[in-house]
Amino acid sequence: MWWLSLYRSTIGKKVIMAVTGLVMAGFLVLHMAGNLQAFDGPARINGYSAFLHGTGELLWLVRVVLLVAVALHIDAAIQLTRIARAARPQDYAERRVQVSTIASRSLRWGGVVLAVFIVFHILHMTTGTVHPSFTPGDVYHNLVAGFRVWPVAVFYLVAMAALGLHLYHGVWSSARTLGIVHPNPQPLHRPVAVVVAVVVAAGFALIPIAVLAGWLR
Amino acid sequence: MDFTLRVWRQAAPGTPGRFVDYPAPGISPDASFLEMLDVVNERLIEQGHEPIAFSHDCREGICGSCAMMIDGVAHGPVAGAAACQVHMRSFRTGARVTIEPWRSVAFPVIKDLVTDRSALDRIIQAGGFITAPTGGARDANEILVPKDAADAAMDAASCIGCGACVAACPNGSASLFTAAKLTHLGLLPQGQPERSRRTLGMVAQMDREHFGHCTLFGECQDACPKQISIDAIARMNRDYLHAVITARPERSGGGTG
Repeated sequence: MWWLSLYRSTIGKKVIMAVTGLVMAGFLVLHMAGNLQAFDGPARINGYSAFLHGTGELLWLVRVVLLVAVALHIDAAIQLTRIARAARPQDYAERRVQVSTIASRSLRWGGVVLAVFIVFHILHMTTGTVHPSFTPGDVYHNLVAGFRVWPVAVFYLVAMAALGLHLYHGVWSSARTLGIVHPNPQPLHRPVAVVVAVVVAAGFALIPIAVLAGWLR
Repeated sequence: MDFTLRVWRQAAPGTPGRFVDYPAPGISPDASFLEMLDVVNERLIEQGHEPIAFSHDCREGICGSCAMMIDGVAHGPVAGAAACQVHMRSFRTGARVTIEPWRSVAFPVIKDLVTDRSALDRIIQAGGFITAPTGGARDANEILVPKDAADAAMDAASCIGCGACVAACPNGSASLFTAAKLTHLGLLPQGQPERSRRTLGMVAQMDREHFGHCTLFGECQDACPKQISIDAIARMNRDYLHAVITARPERSGGGTG
């Protein structure tokens, strides 16, 4: 089975991480752009929400695809982390980092933060379980009331910082993992990933910031 | 120049090791790092102590024997140089210099700074042969090789198999090594017939030796004494994906008749 040998190889597991990561990154771009409609008032964003809920099976298809992507991404990450740990049972007494970025070195812990965040976010803004006054369909109200609880807003901002770092490394390294890059004399430069990371993280962070600052009320 | 060396001493494979401090006074700034170790070892022998074991051969950066972590950096502070090409003038006098062997599950310590890197040889072995016509020697220019392919293949072929990429990688990955070896044949017309089989074999062996995966930290290309680019890894991944997806089951064990 060719796909089984792919799954078993370290490169195959990285390919799984890259493909699922890009699927999630693509979703995030759309999700972020959709969120920004909150700045156009309650009618616009609530209408957008009603439109999405009106798509029925399509909405569930997207949800299932994302859920599978998250599960595969985490599964591959855990397996690869175990392999990497086992590859160096005795660590160096001294090792100086040369060129690796904070983004690359925080990928694993950042991923844990994001996993916790995703669970909280769904309980907060989708099911409303941990929301102080969740009103189904009134997205604008849910945003404003949700982020007025400042510790929650701060947690969202921390998670978005982790997301920015995750995307900064992930978008760039996914392309390299899949081999879809042109040879480059400066292979560590990543202009596209910078733009994606900054735009997505900042676009999401704008809403809790706007609520905390009183721009959205 | 005067130094204090903090050296990993380990008597044999599988035995516990420890760091030992050795004073190294009166070292010439023009001594290479290995010459400095020679001087320290001469003194140790005179005092009746066991000299520090380290691997070395050509001492001009082409054999890949010398392998040590110097102050937490593979091959020490000079970019694009093996440990043998590092000179003591690159250090401050009075400095305490930490010297450690490569740390990887695939590179067991034989003694002190000497590690067994035959895992890398087994990766090359797993690549198998390339078919070459027998009979009279062919004209050198009979097979056309594009200039850019020849250049890129030569860059990859400059890998000396020292293992610094593995040593510097936070995941202990041998991706840069394997990718360099795959690139060097994969770009040339002579490497085409067995290209997919070679890629599958070497990648599988890389995993079998328990090397880690590639996270694209970039530490390997910085540590590489031959400055091989991580572009090679992207190329290996592309080749591997292609090989895995298009691999045909073998239908005969070889031969024509």
